[in-house]
Amino acid sequence: MTAQAWATMAAYVALLLALAVPLGAYIARVFTGEAHLARRLLGPLERLSYRVAGVRADEEMSWRRYASALLLFNLFGVLVVYGLQRLQGVLPLNPAGLPGVPPEVAFNTAVSFASNTNWQAYGGETTMSHLTQMAALTVQNFVSAATGLAVLVALIRGFTRRLTETIGSFWVDLVRGTVYVLLPLSLVLALALVSQGVVQTLDGAVELAPAAAAGQETEPASEQIALGPVASQVAIKQLGTNGGGFFNVNSAHPLENPTPFSNLLQMLAILLVPAALCFTFGALVKDRRQGVALFLAMLVIFVPLMIGTVAAEQAGNPALTALGLDPAGGNLEGKEVRFGVVDSAIWATSTTAASNGSVNAMHDSFTPLGGLAPMWLMQLGEIVFGGVGSGLYGMLVYALIAVFIAGLMVGRTPEYLGKKIEAYEMKMGMLVVLFPAAAVLLGTALACVLPAGTAALGNPGPHGFSEMLYAFSSGANNNGSAFGGLTVSGHFYSVAIGLCMVLGRYGLIVPVLAIAGALARKKGVPMTAGTLETHTPLFVGLLVGTILLVGALTFIPALALGPIIEHLSFGAK
Amino acid sequence: MLTLLRPAAVLLACATLLTGLLYPLVVTGLAQAVFPAEANGSLILAAPGRVEASALIGRPSERDRDFWSRPSATSPHPYNGAASSGSNLGPYHPALVEAVRGRVEALRAAHPERAGVPIPVDLVTTSGSGLDPHISPAAAHFQTARVARARGLSEETVRGLVDAHTEGRMLGLFGAPRVHVLRLNRALDALPPGGA
Repeated sequence: MTAQAWATMAAYVALLLALAVPLGAYIARVFTGEAHLARRLLGPLERLSYRVAGVRADEEMSWRRYASALLLFNLFGVLVVYGLQRLQGVLPLNPAGLPGVPPEVAFNTAVSFASNTNWQAYGGETTMSHLTQMAALTVQNFVSAATGLAVLVALIRGFTRRLTETIGSFWVDLVRGTVYVLLPLSLVLALALVSQGVVQTLDGAVELAPAAAAGQETEPASEQIALGPVASQVAIKQLGTNGGGFFNVNSAHPLENPTPFSNLLQMLAILLVPAALCFTFGALVKDRRQGVALFLAMLVIFVPLMIGTVAAEQAGNPALTALGLDPAGGNLEGKEVRFGVVDSAIWATSTTAASNGSVNAMHDSFTPLGGLAPMWLMQLGEIVFGGVGSGLYGMLVYALIAVFIAGLMVGRTPEYLGKKIEAYEMKMGMLVVLFPAAAVLLGTALACVLPAGTAALGNPGPHGFSEMLYAFSSGANNNGSAFGGLTVSGHFYSVAIGLCMVLGRYGLIVPVLAIAGALARKKGVPMTAGTLETHTPLFVGLLVGTILLVGALTFIPALALGPIIEHLSFGAK
Repeated sequence: MLTLLRPAAVLLACATLLTGLLYPLVVTGLAQAVFPAEANGSLILAAPGRVEASALIGRPSERDRDFWSRPSATSPHPYNGAASSGSNLGPYHPALVEAVRGRVEALRAAHPERAGVPIPVDLVTTSGSGLDPHISPAAAHFQTARVARARGLSEETVRGLVDAHTEGRMLGLFGAPRVHVLRLNRALDALPPGGA
């Protein structure tokens, strides 16, 4: 690996940290209700929305009511997104005259955007009208991220509150996350992206003059260039860990990600909010060291996988080098020259560490080992930074499991942040671990034995298996990136991955809220000499070990059939 | 449960108005006012009302006198700006290896001056978007002898032009060095006949 690559990775992590710490402190103030600039400017919007919705800001909810409100709101979201797609042909803001989306793809897309997955079984510029992109997809980009944020804040209240039945108001958490966190950040990022050349217009495609008139002999190569309200959607797709792009090839498209600077901004935005939330957590539990410990646990898993992916992609493709290609060029199939191998590999690791799923290069064309790290990061449960809110609440569930295992080893009742961790929390925690893992493995197995599963493959042999494994890993963990060679617009994949996305999102949110409710009811226990401290390097090691052990035992057999065997068959020199 | 229906419906409507209409419209308004060229696709006009290309989307040439772009996987034709696409071929897919073999042979035949020189990878692989406007400096320098020959220029002149059109990394750290193919070809066209 080149010195250039090391320097780029170090600079990326340093910039991320420099931005995440202050943002984390700000988000904590948003949810404690303290005064801040955005509240002074946008406070009337918050209060107006409560008034028309008939919501009292101080009305608290039990965990069951909180979960009901969340599920109902998300259900309405699915219905609206489905309806707008089906009806877009007769609705305004459709300059390309696109017809309604077929039912199975519309269902898949509705679930996909509501669940913060943004799996895309369609090509954006050739399927979705501007109205659908804005009023259906962009809206869900905001509120699905705000939903994850709300669940995290509710879980943190479970730790900080004592002897109470309530964990906050979903309506208030939803509105504050949207208006004070996601909206201002998106506005700034969208304009910064436009300055680089990301398009933002309500017009449709632009016609190119025939090239012959410009002095060319050959026929014009591209008669049309698709345009649209791109920057506004790209900003929130990155900040909200959504990942659903405007164009088919997402952030590899020059009008969605035109320069190295726009690429850097988007790479930072992918991990920004999930990383910042670690520091928000530290502030809200009034012990910054707890947040730093969780951040470090994430970083300890992320950095080696990033280095491994960069190294694998820089090493290039031996099958092509044998044809006389420059071995120093790396693996450039599916990558853009302006980003190069290094920034594409860093992006691939970041977008799968976060449950983002936007891409600036085609993951299907990565080397076997370069594609393995992104796949495994998703399979770990999207907790290494993970989605907005969802990454950290998943990580907190693993922290509970880690203290529980430690408690078993020394024969003491496990505690975390002054709360006893008992059988009920562990049962709910196991659901959080098992649901997505089961969905990935059973879904892939089903795809392998059904003709509809294997007919959709874009690649033969172990790489074809990787395409299926990647698809279900992405769907069940709400990532949304894909090995794009797989044709996923058919009935089988639309429905199967749609169901995986539902299970992987709401099958986790409900148990997490149940844990929040159970914790809030408990009294605090004082720290004693026998309490396991949860901010020490020992605990970080225990937590990382737990995550990697579960992830390795569950998925290495499947990975062995895909990327590992592919590497051993073709890639090993 | 019934008391949750109204807030759920109304807040979704509020979110749709705020983030689905107001937010994109405000961004559109500000973008059109402050960065009109960028917001509309960084278009290059051949004449008023006649759009020749976007500066950000590749516009390939196959003529011997021009620098060639990367291969493209868009359909139905390469560099289709209305439907972006990568090849999504795995690294050892026989179709990828065969396609690259064919491109290598074509390049070798067109560049006898470069016999034995390793071929820059980007020149024979498709990009993620299929619309890549750039090639690497190595890919440009690989072609200088052919372009100089076809245009009756000295190779030094062409090499100098490539160097002048090479953009480096941002802050020396991010992105990769690159040459904008369309701009380089236009700069060649602007040279006085017979070379400078």
